[in-house]
Amino acid sequence: MRSHYSRRLFVNRFNLFMSLVTMAFGLAFLFWILFTLVAAGFHAFSGDLFTQMTPPPGSKGGLLNAIVGSLLMAAMGTAIGTPIGILAGIYLAEFGSRGWLAPCTRFINDILLSAPSIVIGLFIYEIYVFRVGHFSAWAGALALALIVIPVVIRTTENMLRLVPDSLREAAVALGTPQWKVIVMVTLRSVRAGVITGVLLAVARISGETAPLLFTSLNNQFWTTDLNAPMANLPVVIFQFAMSPYKDWQELAWAGALLITLAVLVLNIMARVLFRQTALK
Amino acid sequence: MNLDIFAIRPEATPEAVARRTKIATRHLDFYYGRFHALKDINLEIAERRVTAFIGPSGCGKSTLLRTLNRMYSLYPGQRAVGEIVFNGRNILEAAVDLNMLRAKIGMVFQKPTPFPMSIYDNIAFGVRLYESLSPREMDERVEWALTKAAMWDEAKNKLKQSGMALSGGQQQRLCIARAVAVKPEVLLLDEPTSALDPISTAKIEELISELKSEYTIAIVTHNMQQAARVSDYTAYMYLGELIEFGATDELFLKPRRRETEDYITGRFG
Repeated sequence: MRSHYSRRLFVNRFNLFMSLVTMAFGLAFLFWILFTLVAAGFHAFSGDLFTQMTPPPGSKGGLLNAIVGSLLMAAMGTAIGTPIGILAGIYLAEFGSRGWLAPCTRFINDILLSAPSIVIGLFIYEIYVFRVGHFSAWAGALALALIVIPVVIRTTENMLRLVPDSLREAAVALGTPQWKVIVMVTLRSVRAGVITGVLLAVARISGETAPLLFTSLNNQFWTTDLNAPMANLPVVIFQFAMSPYKDWQELAWAGALLITLAVLVLNIMARVLFRQTALK
Repeated sequence: MNLDIFAIRPEATPEAVARRTKIATRHLDFYYGRFHALKDINLEIAERRVTAFIGPSGCGKSTLLRTLNRMYSLYPGQRAVGEIVFNGRNILEAAVDLNMLRAKIGMVFQKPTPFPMSIYDNIAFGVRLYESLSPREMDERVEWALTKAAMWDEAKNKLKQSGMALSGGQQQRLCIARAVAVKPEVLLLDEPTSALDPISTAKIEELISELKSEYTIAIVTHNMQQAARVSDYTAYMYLGELIEFGATDELFLKPRRRETEDYITGRFG
């Protein structure tokens, strides 16, 4: 009995040790990436970054046009994708218990969720950019919206499924029409969870390069014309990082750090928001 | 559309009102898919009286309650056959407006289910669906409903606070206030006190006795003392059948059936 017990103790310690080692292995790379980013990008952080346009090689400049372009396209992609995603999520969770349409939609959505973003970029290139004949911010926003939609559908459906039937029944028992049950009670009770999903989708698209490469491309100059190619951080980073010019490389590092910080902030916001609902 | 299809018709004498049948079921059968959950239920629920449903778990008493406001219609595969006559109309007919019906037959559930909004809005929510009141009238209605549910003193200073932040017993009384606020004709209570402590339970039982002067009440309970305390009529159900139905005093003092006696004396099984 004594040996049995000490063997169990040993197995326990061994497994705990191994899981700690694996965790440290994973975290080490994460911190390495973050450290490199900060080390290389931090000294390029300056006022110029937010006030100057992307420069030609060999001269000083900033990332203002790319930052604004990224914000604009991410905002448009979210604005297009969020309502579609929430409505589809409501359909799947609240009306999807009968028939073949909902399971089918859910399956396709799962595929879309894990589709490589380059495929989405090519798709928009084929159906929009190629027909219109030029790259544009609209095309970029559409590609980003296609990435937002499956994420929002999934989180909205999952959140609504967490709502206990008893809450739905309580609203129905008052004679509430179904759309009001959904808008005023069920969706409202998981509001923070749905917003969290949207924030995570924004975090996801803010770093996407492939879909923008085929759709919005890039622009050396300031523009807010949605029918023209528009600068954006990921593609600028891609282009500048591959270049032989030191100024450009530094700006690429600064841009990468900027995106990482933005995603970090978005994730923290999502977590805080979600925790607040969980506590309530 | 005629909104008053379920309205009360005027009656002659107070006695006649008291004895009137509010809801009658005739040859009611209920199925969960293939499972035959209620078998040929014939029963009359008297107006402005409390009717209790007792019986062991799974006997069909909650199912019966959920047929009375067609709550089961939310779920595919559940169906009722037979007749449920409410104010002279069979509510199992396809043409019945379910929202209208449920506005007339309110329901309170086993677990408190406050909506994710303020205490005030929890109560105003149902009222706004079918009535357009001025802000002052709405204030009065909210106060009236909370008073009815013995909640006003506890809630009057925190009407803007979330209903989810109340204690379990308060949440349940909030749910009762919410159901009462829309002024239904019938209140269905599905084990309303099973999740509550004795003090909250006592408050809700008092409330039931008080409400029955204006409402027809049907209550499902696992607690036989509660049935004996609050109800005028009691129905004992077992395995989907209505075994015995009668005045509460008679059913508890001298039940006609052996099965009923075994259950209420605890010799069941």
